[in-house]
Amino acid sequence: MELICPAGTPAAFREAVDAGADAVYCGFRDETNARNFPGLNFSRDELKTAIAYARQRKVMTFVAINTFMRAGQEKLWHDAVDDAVRLGADALILADFGLMAYTAERHPEQRLHVSVQASASNADAVKFLVETFGAKRVVLPRILTIPDIARLARQISCEIEVFVFGGLCVMAEGRCSLSSYATGKSPNMHGVCSPASHVRYREDGSELVSELGDYTINRFPAGEAAGYPTLCKGRFDIAEERGYAFEDPVSLDVMDHIDALRDAGVGALKIEGRQRGKAYVAEVVSIMRRAVAANADERPALLSRLRRLSEGQKTTSGAYEKRWR
Amino acid sequence: MTLPFAMTAPFRIAPLSVIEHATRLVFAQVVQQHPDLFDRLGEHADKRYAFVPTDLPVGFLVEPSARRISVHRKPHLPVAQACMGGKLVLLLALLEGQIDGDAVFFSRSLTITGDMEAMLALRNALDDCNIDLPADIARMSGPFAPLVRRAAAEIRTRALSREAATWN
Repeated sequence: MELICPAGTPAAFREAVDAGADAVYCGFRDETNARNFPGLNFSRDELKTAIAYARQRKVMTFVAINTFMRAGQEKLWHDAVDDAVRLGADALILADFGLMAYTAERHPEQRLHVSVQASASNADAVKFLVETFGAKRVVLPRILTIPDIARLARQISCEIEVFVFGGLCVMAEGRCSLSSYATGKSPNMHGVCSPASHVRYREDGSELVSELGDYTINRFPAGEAAGYPTLCKGRFDIAEERGYAFEDPVSLDVMDHIDALRDAGVGALKIEGRQRGKAYVAEVVSIMRRAVAANADERPALLSRLRRLSEGQKTTSGAYEKRWR
Repeated sequence: MTLPFAMTAPFRIAPLSVIEHATRLVFAQVVQQHPDLFDRLGEHADKRYAFVPTDLPVGFLVEPSARRISVHRKPHLPVAQACMGGKLVLLLALLEGQIDGDAVFFSRSLTITGDMEAMLALRNALDDCNIDLPADIARMSGPFAPLVRRAAAEIRTRALSREAATWN
């Protein structure tokens, strides 16, 4: 199975390649990708250099242009597609149907992958994207169980890629409006979930308080691991209880299920984390590379090292191992 | 884990002007070796960033657009738009991109207050620059460069391996 690894900077890109990635995914330094954070991402020249570096080492480069175009400003997204094709991207990761249409018409030879942000989670949706835009691969939303994925794989003709490690969104990928509700900006339209410009951390006695816009997201007592300041990971008073209304501040880790995913028809394993530093990328990719090649009984020892790098320093198998229905 | 006493003692006993002079020499060397360091900051280059080691009696103020660093005794730290606090060894490791900032933040070993966007931009800019402090300091050491580089790298390796164990 392919290992698809994140890179937010050229330095992280090189780390991912050197650590054993089969493909590295990255984005331009603007609103066209869903990790549009300050100081992150690639200029055109940086992407050109990165693609050359990867190609010399037989590693592929996927360019994420996976936000949704705004009416009247389509040129920003069209230019991103044109430039990524011109620079030699091995695949474009797209979410917007309009942008998929543009790409299929202008660059019919370009390999097109369906972003997780497109939220294509059933056979009809995937078939439509394959037949209409020539999509070669779908990145499945993190809402399906492994048996769901196996059933879907039997009904579609394109490759399947799934997230196996890293940040975990609520189960409405590409349609989540929580960040937009609190800040006016969203990952879908602006490439930023809980933009840093609206985030504040402050100490209140022994507690660490995280705030997003006008909302208190969480209060972490001394000694408790902290999480990202997103509404979906917020701890709120609901009725007479205080708890996580949407999801706990934990990260996804389904590396224990690699064999089951392979049997289900998954061809590529994706690591989340373009916003993370190069040290994270190097360590996670290196461990995952060894885990993919290892026997099932050798994996737990390898993977136990990853938990301390995770949000909340805890991990979950999420919907892949759904127990709540 | 903290850095060896011999490395932190000067910060406790030396006059502030001497500490600042030495700090500026290292900072100038880093900026010279990594001229693109602040390019990723964009609009955040004009802001002031404070770095406050919790295990030292001083703090550092960085002004990227002026390519300037200053040193201040606690608690007389000047106003900064963004502030990062933690053990000196962690702050240096972040400067070099040796550790993942998010992971350290989740573990509560690091505090960030003020303008998160500016600090995030600086973190990402530093992470992309491949700063190697032992190498940069060694370049200032003339004929002792190889010795200084080896010693500094060894200290870094030991400090980081022990520090990593504390956030496991």
